[in-house]
Order: sequence, then C-alpha cells, then structure tokens
Amino acid sequence: MHEHSGEPHTSNRFYVAIAVILAVLTAMEVMVFYVEALRPILVPLLMLMMAAKFALVVMFFMHLKFDGPLLTGIFSWGLFIAVAIIVALMALFGKFSA
Amino acid sequence: MEGPTSTGIPHRKLAMWTFIGSECMLFGTLIATYMIYRGRNLVGPYPDELLNIPFITVTTFVLLMSSLMMVLALSAVQRGDAKGTRIWLFMTPLFGLIFLGGQYYEFNHFVHEGLPLSKNLFSSTFFVLTGTHGAHVAGGVLWLGTLWLRAMGGKLDARHTETVEIAGLYWHFVDVVWIVLFTLIYLLV
Amino acid sequence: MATAEAMARDHGGADHAGGTYAGGLWSWITTVDHKRIAILYFVTGFLFFLIAGIEGQLLRVQLARPDNRFLDPDLYNQLFTMHGTTMVFFAGMPLIVAFFNFVVPLQIGARDVAFPRLNAFSYWIFLFGGLFMYASVPLRAMPDGGWFAYMPLTNIEYSPGLGMDFYVLALLASGVGTIAGGVNFFVTILNMRAPGMTFMRMPLFTWMALIVSILILLAFPPFTVGLVFMMFDRMFGTHFFDAAAGADPVLWQHLFWVFGHPEVYILILPALGIVSDVIPAFSRKSLFGYPVVVFSGVLIAFLGFGVWVHHMFSVGLGPVVNAVFSGATMLIAIPTGIKIFNWIATMWGGQIRFTTPMLFAIGLVAMFTIGGLSGVMHSSPPSDLQQTDTYFVVAHFHYVLFGGLIFGLFSGFYYWFPKATGRLLSERLGKAHFWLTFVAFNLTFFPMHFSGLLGQPRRTFTYASGLGLDLFNLLSTIGAFLFTVAFVPLLLNLWRAWRRGEAAGPNPWDAPTLEWTTASPPPHYNFAVVPKVDRRDPLWHPYVAPGLGWAGELEPGGASPRLQPDHPPAPVHMPDPSYWPLVMAFGMGLMTVGALGSLALVLCGLAVTLVGLFGWAFEPPERGGH
Repeated sequence: MHEHSGEPHTSNRFYVAIAVILAVLTAMEVMVFYVEALRPILVPLLMLMMAAKFALVVMFFMHLKFDGPLLTGIFSWGLFIAVAIIVALMALFGKFSA
Repeated sequence: MEGPTSTGIPHRKLAMWTFIGSECMLFGTLIATYMIYRGRNLVGPYPDELLNIPFITVTTFVLLMSSLMMVLALSAVQRGDAKGTRIWLFMTPLFGLIFLGGQYYEFNHFVHEGLPLSKNLFSSTFFVLTGTHGAHVAGGVLWLGTLWLRAMGGKLDARHTETVEIAGLYWHFVDVVWIVLFTLIYLLV
Repeated sequence: MATAEAMARDHGGADHAGGTYAGGLWSWITTVDHKRIAILYFVTGFLFFLIAGIEGQLLRVQLARPDNRFLDPDLYNQLFTMHGTTMVFFAGMPLIVAFFNFVVPLQIGARDVAFPRLNAFSYWIFLFGGLFMYASVPLRAMPDGGWFAYMPLTNIEYSPGLGMDFYVLALLASGVGTIAGGVNFFVTILNMRAPGMTFMRMPLFTWMALIVSILILLAFPPFTVGLVFMMFDRMFGTHFFDAAAGADPVLWQHLFWVFGHPEVYILILPALGIVSDVIPAFSRKSLFGYPVVVFSGVLIAFLGFGVWVHHMFSVGLGPVVNAVFSGATMLIAIPTGIKIFNWIATMWGGQIRFTTPMLFAIGLVAMFTIGGLSGVMHSSPPSDLQQTDTYFVVAHFHYVLFGGLIFGLFSGFYYWFPKATGRLLSERLGKAHFWLTFVAFNLTFFPMHFSGLLGQPRRTFTYASGLGLDLFNLLSTIGAFLFTVAFVPLLLNLWRAWRRGEAAGPNPWDAPTLEWTTASPPPHYNFAVVPKVDRRDPLWHPYVAPGLGWAGELEPGGASPRLQPDHPPAPVHMPDPSYWPLVMAFGMGLMTVGALGSLALVLCGLAVTLVGLFGWAFEPPERGGH
C-alpha cells in the first residue's frame, strides 16, 4: 500500500498541471513544424520536446521519480539498449552520413 | 504466495515495469526500421502527401489527456472515491477509443488515397508500426473497460489500487510510445 | 473441514520417489508447480533433442561419402533447417528453462516462482509451438531456409510453400512463452529470495538465470519484430525486405543477429552456471573468485549486444564496421576466458571427486575452451572470411553448444536427478555414458575443423571426391552414430533408477546450496520452514586454501541452515492448480494454425484466448488468499 495522500506530487491539481504542460509542449512541437525559419534546428528542438514529454509522463504519471532506484534502473536499461540499437542500426544504414 | 518481497516492490508491479523494459526493445526495433526506411520509397504515395498533421495532433492530444484521466482514476481509487473511480475509469478507455477511431479513420483514408498495406515501403513500415501501437491501445482499452465494469459493479475499491496502478503503468507506457511516434512519424522533416 | 493436522499431513510431501509427481493426467495438465513444470519441459525438450539428433544423423548419412544421393538437396535443406531450429528453440531453450524451473526457486529458498500460472502457460505455448513446427513434417512442408532464415531466400517468391510460414508462426508462438518466462524468473529472483540471501550470496546458477532472463527480455523482441516483418512480407505483401521497393534484405540479418548473438549467450550462460555450482561441489571448495565470475557473466551479457555483426563479416558492410565489431568480439572473449580460470582455480587444491556430473563439468571446461579458441579465430574479419560458411564454423558452434551447453546440461542432469526424483543414478553407467559421449562428440566434430579449413561449405548437400574431405566426413558420420551407442548406458541408468534406484536422501553430494536441505524429491511446498541465509554456500563453512580465494567470504560463527523438518509447523498454502493457462495457450495455438490461411480460425482462437485470459484473471485467489 502506498502512503500517498497529502503529498504535493500526487494531488489532482498537480496532475492537471503536468497535463497542461504536455498539451503546451505538443502545441509547441506542431508550431515548430510549421515555422519555416526554424527548419535548420527542427530536429534537435523536436527531440528535446519529445524527450521532455516522455520524461514528464514517466516520472510523474508513472510515478517513477518517487519509486525506488530499481524500477528506474529496469526501465532505463531497457530504454538505453533500445535507443542504442536504433542509433546503431541507423548508423549502419547510413542515416548519419552526408 | 504474495507476502513480503525481497525488493519491497509487489510482484505484479515489478513484472509490469520489467515487461515495459522489454517493450522498449519491441517498439525500438519497429522505430529503427521506420527510421531506416524513411525516404527510401521508390513509388508513392509519399508521407508528406498523406500525413494529416492537424488531425493527428487532435488525436494525439486526446491520448495524452487519457493519461491524465488514468492518473485521476488511480487517485480516486486510492482515496476510496467510488464515483470518481467510475468516472475516470470510464473516460480513460473512452478517450483511448476515440484515439483508435482516429487511427482507423486515418488508415482508411490512406487506403482510399492509394496506400494499401502492400503499396510501398512507407505503407509497410507505417501501418505495422502504428498498427502495433494501436493493438496495444486496444488491449489497454479492453483492460480498462473491464476495470470500469468491475467498478460499476461495486467490486473495485481501495483494496484494488495495485490493479489500477498496474493498468495505469501499461496505459501510460502506450501513451509514451505515441509521444515518440507522433514526433518521429509526423513532425520529423 | 480438514483439521490442521490432517492438512499438515496432506502437505507433508513425498518421502518416496514419485510421490510428489503422482496424480493423473489432469493433475499434470493443471499443474502450476514449478517442479512439475520443470519435468514437463525436460521430457519435452529431451524428446525434441532426440528428434533433432536423428535429423543430424540423417544429414551425416548423406555426407558420409562424396556425391551421395541418400537425401536429395531439398530434403537436405529441410533437415538441416529443422535440426538447427529444433536444437536451439525446442531442445536447448526448454531444457534450460527446465533447469531454471526446478532449481532456481529451491536455490533461493522460495516455494515456487512469482507467477505460477504464467509459468504453466509458458510451457503449454512452447509445446504448441513445437508441435506446430513439426506439423510441417506430415504435410511435407518443413521450412528449408536454415535456422537463420535469410531474406530474400525466405520470401514468398523464393520460398513459396508453407515451410517458412511454419517457421515464423511456430517461433512467434513459443517466443511469447519465452518472454513470459523471462519476466517470471526475473521477478522471482529479485523478489523471492530467502531472508539474508543478498545478491552476492546467491548460487551462481541462479545468478546466470537472472542474467539470462534479462537477455531474453531484451533480445527476443527484435526477433519477434523480424518474424512479424517476414510474416507480413510473405502473407500480406509488405516490402520490409524487398530490394525492388527500396528496402534492404540485409535488415533481416541485422534483426536476426541482434537477437541471435545474445541468444547464444542465453544458451551458454546457464550451462556455465551449472558447472559453477558443480565444480565447487565436487572439489569441496567454494567457487574461486565468485564476484569475478558473477561480474564476468554480467559483462558477457552486456557486451553480447554489441557484437552481432561478427555474423555478417562477409556481407560487405565495410572495414570500419567490421573493425568495430571485431574489437567488441575480441573483448567479449575476456570475461568468458576469466570463467575458465576461475573454475580451474577452484579445482586447484580441492578434494576432487570424479563423479559423473563432475566429469561432464570438466568436459565442458575443456570442450568449451576449444570452441572458444575457434570462436576467437572467427573474430578477426580477414580470418573469418576464409572460415565463414565452412565447416570450421560448424565445428566452432558445436564445440560451444554441444561441448558447452549439452555437456553442462548433462552435468546438471546427473547432479540434480537425485534431488528431483529421490533416486540415485549408477556412477558406472554414468561414466560409461560420459566417455562414450565424449568420444562420439569429438569424433563427430573435431574433423570438421579440418574439412572446414579445406573449404567444405556449410549447408550443402554433397561434396565432390578428390578434395581431401572424404576421410573427415566419414569420421564425423561414424561419430554421429556413436552417439546412439552412448545413449544406451543413459537409458539403462534411467531404467535402473526407476526400478531399483537407491534412495538419495536430501544431500547425496554434500553440496553447499539450499536445494540440498529439502527432502528428495522436495515436498510440493519445497521448504517446511523458510530458511535464513547468512553466507554464500550456506551448508558449508567455506574451505579456502591459504593464499587462494577471497578471505572476505569467511564469516565465522554463523549457523548454516539445517536440513528441513519433515512437516511444516502450520499448513502451507500453495497456489491451486488451474486449467486457464492451458486454455489460453490453446487459444493462441488455434490462432497460430489459423494464421496459415483461415481468418475464421484466427478469430475463433482469439475468442478462446480471451476466454482463457478472463478466466485466468478472475479465478478465485488460492486457498488462503493473497
């Protein structure tokens, strides 16, 4: 059983705040897509915002920030190897060469 | 069989996080394939002709909000708020269904625009990647719908927080995968 | 209502061989007991091993002399595909899971695994997958693209029959069970250790089980994805591997080997774990350098994800790519080699007993070293370019897989057989089995180093005379049939144990880990009293020769767990048997069959699967409740 009530990170208001941030980030992502002037930095900007949304959901909605390090380790390792494979395969298929 | 666990984490919660770690590899491989094959189509229709960003932005928003509803549902169960539990356990899969409806509409639209599953590289990678995600959403809708029915029958209370929490972990993960897919498929130019 | 005393008697467990495993067919179908599930896995896996062995012998008949026509090329291709696929997926993995199932809960002081019904489900879906694969035999549609199933050969254009569909679907089905097993053992080992059993006090075999579970969870998904791509290309006309559509068939190789290389570590680490328990037991000496052996296992698993391209050195990926993966491959030889030194150092200065398990373990150390040496030779791309696709590679992987995995499994079999059955096996017959196997194995596979370096290609149904290959092939074929002779003492031994085997008692080997505190076979609740652990090798006061070993292990004065009492002080609640895992696996089996071409059957199977899922989810909690 969790001891949950009363902590600031578990109030409904907190969750709604996170949801608002997620919505704003999504809107920003779409805006970046439509603004031509940002094209040169589109990819890094999008990656950043995507990562931010990802982290917010995992840390707060999935409560990982407040659970023990074991669960973070399990998730992080899965994520790390997955990203490494994505990057390695993309490199092997020439996606990072000019 | 359940009693104190060596890590202090309940079996099913540990199992769900472990499964999620494994699913990272599943979606990672699908995403890697999509990224490798981007831009290699020899015949159209091509992605930029078909992808409807405003439409998918709306469905993306719907799915994101469903995660909020899921957290509110868990919060309600933990507080013993039966009414809140029923409302949010209804809304979450409902929003999931709306998302799936959007996916179905999009798939249908693509097919009518000349992109059946077997058309080209984009059709192959797009439909299998988003289809796998959609299948996961559908499974989640089924799971949450079942929980909602149990709540309606008065069988879900504060003793069942673990069940709702674990369903929530699954649901949030499916949302998080979409966060990645939305950016990589629709916005990456 | 049963009285507490009567229930204690009920749960009193077996005090004679067969008691724990008595009960009719229904009790086996609905069992969720890890020990029974282990028996199911073992018997099934062993039967597939024999079948795959016969397939290998048929191949060897064909290759006994040049220009032979015992098998035509098509049948030859089907047989080597079935031989490899069966050995890896339907013999090797289930036998490993059999050992995980039986041994791990006992070694950590647990009463079962974390998810007993999921455990049963894993077995049933594996069985369906295996049966489905072999349904291709009477239909004369065995897959024929090799166990590695390279594209584009295996696409619908070049493999138009049902063969590769059997391959894809059987492996997808049984793969679900494997991944479920990975979750199950991972949670079990993390969460169900006896009080005081920290990670660094776990037996080595359990450590390897933990590492292998992680490998399964991370390596199987890419294979699942690749198989799905193959299925979609074959059945729905997608273009994942279609060069004409802009795709790259080499992607299949990448996806396969990103899985395939960790898979070979999944296959070998359990065997290395077994000998890491067996060698200390029969040297009367704790494992030398326990932390190093653990850490090397972790390192092998981690590095194992970074070497897959060494299966693709001849694909033409370029010198930079080849060099990177070559370096990583050489690196991985280090932790592997370290284990060898640790085993030797364990034996050094120990009181060695050359029992059958010990013979197989020492055999593994020697044979696996040979296999490792040829492996390191492959790690250099220029060298590999001559060796790849020749019998030199066949020699390598049979030395590591047979000389490694199979020898390790035999070692574990002889070691834990008394625990599982309560009977002793004959040492005489065991030694006969070992020596005959050892000779048969080396006679079969050592000549392949030579025929390989002379250029005999793999996966080719015949060879011409006058190339210098004749004698080597003949020797291999003789060796292959010597295996049949080697089985005779094993079968006689089993028969003898069944009829008049001596009672084994709890600890016939005077071994140091927790499974040896229970009766043989253990009662269905395993431990009457949950043991408390305060050291590694809890049943021993570790003997460490001066100057060797890790002095930090010595913990003077601690009490080691005694033998388990005959009966638990209070009734022990174990999970009830259940048929839902079988129902769900059956539903998935129907879907698998339906995928061959009947949507109706797929939907029917889905319905049964969902019924099974809901039945399982809503099954009343076991006696005593959560």
